[in-house]
Amino acid sequence: MIVKDDIKKIAELAMIEIKDDDIDKFSMQFNEILDYMKEMDTLDLSNQEAAFHITEMKNVFREDTVHNSLDNDTATLNAPEESEGFFKVPKVI
Amino acid sequence: MLYKKTLRELLDLIDKREITPKDVYSSVLNRIKQKENKINAYVCVFDEFEENKVKGMLSSLPVAVKDNMHIKGKKTTCSSKILKNYTAIFDATVVEKLKHAGASFIGKTNLDEFAMGSSTETSYFGTTHNPWDLTKIPGGSSGGSAAAVAGGEAVCAIGSDTGGSIRQPASLCGVVGLKPTYGRVSRYGLVAFASSLDQIGPITKNVEDAAILLNIIGGKDSRDSTSSNIEMDDFTKYLNSDISGLKIGVYDKVLPDCSADVQQSMENSIKIFKNLGCEVKSVDLPNAKYAVSDYYIIAPAEASSNLERYDGIKYGFRIDNYENLKDMYIKTRSRGFGEEVKRRIMLGTYVLSSGYYDAYYLKAQKLRGLIKQDFDNVFAGVDVLIAPTTPTEAFGIGEKADNPLQMYLSDIFTIPANLSAVPAISIPNGISKNSLPLGLQIMANTFREDNIFKCASAFEKEFNILDKLPLD
Repeated sequence: MIVKDDIKKIAELAMIEIKDDDIDKFSMQFNEILDYMKEMDTLDLSNQEAAFHITEMKNVFREDTVHNSLDNDTATLNAPEESEGFFKVPKVI
Repeated sequence: MLYKKTLRELLDLIDKREITPKDVYSSVLNRIKQKENKINAYVCVFDEFEENKVKGMLSSLPVAVKDNMHIKGKKTTCSSKILKNYTAIFDATVVEKLKHAGASFIGKTNLDEFAMGSSTETSYFGTTHNPWDLTKIPGGSSGGSAAAVAGGEAVCAIGSDTGGSIRQPASLCGVVGLKPTYGRVSRYGLVAFASSLDQIGPITKNVEDAAILLNIIGGKDSRDSTSSNIEMDDFTKYLNSDISGLKIGVYDKVLPDCSADVQQSMENSIKIFKNLGCEVKSVDLPNAKYAVSDYYIIAPAEASSNLERYDGIKYGFRIDNYENLKDMYIKTRSRGFGEEVKRRIMLGTYVLSSGYYDAYYLKAQKLRGLIKQDFDNVFAGVDVLIAPTTPTEAFGIGEKADNPLQMYLSDIFTIPANLSAVPAISIPNGISKNSLPLGLQIMANTFREDNIFKCASAFEKEFNILDKLPLD
């Protein structure tokens, strides 16, 4: 059971703000989804391997060759703030 | 009336020099001008015809692209406020391949924000309406692509499918939608949602057009290490196959959960396959019933990680007023993302967080292995597996918008193919009592799209709704 404080904590981890007015609705929907997922508890998965990779590919390598990449002007084209080809970030310290 | 024709028919007319690609473009653009204010299939329409100088097989015919794939110099919004001003700085591999094949582009189609949804209602740019009935959803997340093709606003389109986002809207709009095997088509330039599940594919009026487009967009790409080096085939050569003796498994355990119309359409399709000489038998995927739970752990977990990149620094929307860097991150993301995207990021953050990882994420990965084994077992005995694409016809706009779980459950039949990486197509399977289209899903073993095309094409010849599409 997820309570209000859990939602606030998850939101903080996700760097998202949930307005106080919306928290109740969010917790209710969250709980409904997590309740539904309880159906998985009926499964015995103790001997089952986790399928972290669903394809059979392993260790895809390529030659480490030099090639052209994006230039600074292109890379920063969509930046909210840019200066001389660099991303400008708000003051950190 | 060129907009009514299939890609194949248009290519033939161009070959015979009876029409020009610009004629097709103008016809589709006119249609868009007539219908778009009601359907809202596009985020952005390209008003000027740009002829492709490459002499490829597509002869400058216009393709519509879901607005989560990059066309260099055009906007890629993902139907999100956070990317509403983003201009693509490179071509997605599928777009590059389409350009090399001579394609032109007509516009970017609407989607659920970041492809997270089953109805196209979570788009920042408004809901897309189903051209069969404007009060119904077109499905999602590639609802814009499917509605555009069904309503004549596009000759053909490209979509992406993470849990059914090509097949479900194709089914609900009465067109053909193919999710190829995971790894068949490069994901480079597709904005990531859940990287182990995302796959790009065509949405078309018929099966032949889907084969033509898969031939073009498939293949190994060094920029997507998960793209497979299994050699590409010419899938059009399977289109007119005799399918007598083809072994078809029916996933019929799910039928009691479907509407009467859907049950009847499945019975009808089984009859058709039997008449074509196929060996039809009942099969089960015992763990697929847990697919929605499995998917809504894995996909949000991957999404929460993939969407960390929207931080108001490198690209996209940034809030104007903030106190410090962290405050800027939080406010930018909170104002930039819509509700469903936030919900999924938070769900993903939760299942990955300390103390819950084993209970949710690890368990889900184990279950994914079990579901994959179910498919392996089934395909040891049959060539293709059939099931409905969706449990019901298209539902009403707003009907499930406030109930995320009910919305998630509408993808219950499409999600297993994503979890297992297998290819799956949705083709039209008749019309419901309410005059809405229904879909038949055909799945095959990984990299066996040949079997899908054989089966889908034979079925379509016996039974299709091409002349009933809402094209008038």
